[in-house]
Amino acid sequence: MDFNLTPDQELIINAAKEVCLGEFSKRSKETGESSAFPKENVKLMAEMGMAGIPFPEEYGGLGSDFLTWTVIGEEISHACATTGTIFGAHMLACYPIFIFGTEEQKKKFLTPLAKGEALGAFGLTEPNAGSDASAVQTYAAKDGDHYILNGTKLFITNAGAAGIYVVITKTARDKGARGMTAFIVEKDTPGFKIGKNEKKMAFPGLPNCELIFEDCRIPKENMLLSEGKGFRVAMQTLDVGRIGIGIGSCGLARAAFEEALKYSKVRKQFGVPISSFQAVQFMLANMATEIEAAKLLVLKAASLKDSNGKFEKFAAMAKVYASEMCMRVTNQAVQIHGGYGYTKEYAVERYFREAKLFDIVEGTSEIQRGVIANHILKES
Amino acid sequence: MLKIIVCIKQVPDTSEIKINPQTNTLIRDGVPSIINPFDKNALEEAIKIKEKIPSEISVITMGPPQAQEALKESLAMGADNAYLLSDRNFAGADTWATSYTLAKAIEKIGHFDLIILGKQAIDGDTAQVGPELAEQLNIPQITYVKKLDLVMEEPAKIIAERLLEDCTETVECRLPVLITVTKEINEPRHPSLKGVLKAKKAVIPAWNKESIFCDDDKIGLNGSFTQVMKIFTPPVRTERETLSGTPEEMSKILVQKLKERKII
Ligand SMILES: Cc1cc2nc3c(=O)[nH]c(=O)nc-3n(C[C@H](O)[C@H](O)[C@H](O)COP(=O)(O)OP(=O)(O)OC[C@H]3O[C@@H](n4cnc5c(N)ncnc54)[C@H](O)[C@@H]3O)c2cc1C
Repeated sequence: MDFNLTPDQELIINAAKEVCLGEFSKRSKETGESSAFPKENVKLMAEMGMAGIPFPEEYGGLGSDFLTWTVIGEEISHACATTGTIFGAHMLACYPIFIFGTEEQKKKFLTPLAKGEALGAFGLTEPNAGSDASAVQTYAAKDGDHYILNGTKLFITNAGAAGIYVVITKTARDKGARGMTAFIVEKDTPGFKIGKNEKKMAFPGLPNCELIFEDCRIPKENMLLSEGKGFRVAMQTLDVGRIGIGIGSCGLARAAFEEALKYSKVRKQFGVPISSFQAVQFMLANMATEIEAAKLLVLKAASLKDSNGKFEKFAAMAKVYASEMCMRVTNQAVQIHGGYGYTKEYAVERYFREAKLFDIVEGTSEIQRGVIANHILKES
Repeated sequence: MLKIIVCIKQVPDTSEIKINPQTNTLIRDGVPSIINPFDKNALEEAIKIKEKIPSEISVITMGPPQAQEALKESLAMGADNAYLLSDRNFAGADTWATSYTLAKAIEKIGHFDLIILGKQAIDGDTAQVGPELAEQLNIPQITYVKKLDLVMEEPAKIIAERLLEDCTETVECRLPVLITVTKEINEPRHPSLKGVLKAKKAVIPAWNKESIFCDDDKIGLNGSFTQVMKIFTPPVRTERETLSGTPEEMSKILVQKLKERKII
């Protein structure tokens, strides 16, 4: 597989890199430790045209592709994982509208999302529906030309900051996955409010809130695809989301590796830099190798997606491998820092906590392995 | 529509520059070129004006063909037009010949309301091209501007705050006017992803001495009143003395020492 970038792709990526290194990196400690939403970074992503990289220009996008979106995602997460996660979650609203939206819906909702005028969010998870997405209880009752939503989502990334939400509901309570329907919900819709924000192990500035629907009337024009197709909308959205989590893991892991490498050369014990000990060298060698392997797997999934190939299995492989790699690499980065790595003085302490999100969110590692096994068994 | 002209210079990135200790000259090989940072402030100011008042921004640079890169970056940031003044005969120009050449190009572009330059270039550090260009074009100039307001009611004018050594001075002036800006005026934006794609496709006209009707004896080395004879790093003096005492005592000793050495 060939990941040679075209001159246009390189140009865009370099321009994005400049902002990542010049802006996001510079304030990543603050962004990673503060409970304030990183407005400035999100505004900059919008101004730079990072909000709609793979979407056609007619919908306000950049007219590029998913491979470019992926490579830029790595740069963002490398500079600042909080910003990278916002960037990834935004895609979870853009993508289903792009794929399943009517022309009207794309004009009305994808365009502001792709231009970065509105941030996106994706609401699937509920108290009783985590890994089991079909257990969603938020109910959308048909009422003439409207649907009336009642229920509560939780953990929703970008909630509150986002202007446009793709929300997965039940329209037939007894039909499980077949009774689900996806809607586009705008922020200021009466009956829709943002609830409690979770206090988390890391990412204090990343909003993960409840979406509360109380007799919230949504016009039927805001339904995605059709009634009963919500499960499909959710699953296909998560297929792309997995590429996002995979690449976010690669970016964060690279940041941790770079810190560890730098530290190993300056920290002296027994009269020599610790990088001269084979045990440390082997850790560094493994970290570098695994980051590279994970990145190749993620890029393969993205590249297959662009060429309309079957990318879903590879996206699941990329997600589980990259996120678990990120846990190992950030763990070793702390190890190489010794006691100092356990303190807030060093970024690796935070990286290690941040990494844990990636093997949980958008389908846990266990769920990914299930998906991969399903594909393998079906193919055999 | 307000017509704004921004003059920029491509310079070596001085943060990357090294000096050859044998010859005492700058090693330019492999040093990346950048837009002179103050010129980026000039362009940013033009773009900021355009965000408020309908404007057309034209960027000009005089330099070798590779100075195109600087123009492309300007287009990516948000300039509308770019012109490259490139001719072997322009080479070796001092600030006067440079400002003459820029003035000829601006005459060819035609109408303008506002010309913006950086206060100086980080390679030459003369701060002369802006003022000389205003003289060549016979328009007023305001240098070292750190804040700018435009009042568009007829007669249109600008209100500029100048950053002086120990104070700021507020100056009003009718358009057209030339200003030079300091880095305090704004924070230059990064070129957007769309911008870089657009700029890549842009075809930038290259003008030589004929296209802008230059007199041969006013351009390049021929047209220069000054010539650089030699560039050298001042030798590092190791002799040092620290004075102590009250400020009054120290200043007395200092004056005495300076007199002894016939410096004052
Ligand atoms: C910071 C953060 C951001 C999030 N952002 C969003 C968002 O934007 N939108 C959204 O909709 N959701 C979001 N989520 C929710 C997230 O996707 C879920 O937490 C995740 O899918 C797991 O669901 P759960 O937490 O209910 O865990 P559970 O499903 O209860 O899982 C608990 C454990 O059981 C295992 N398990 C469950 N079922 C099986 C099975 N069949 N086989 C084997 N093992 C199984 C799991 O792997 C896990 O180890 C976010 C979560 C977090 C923490």
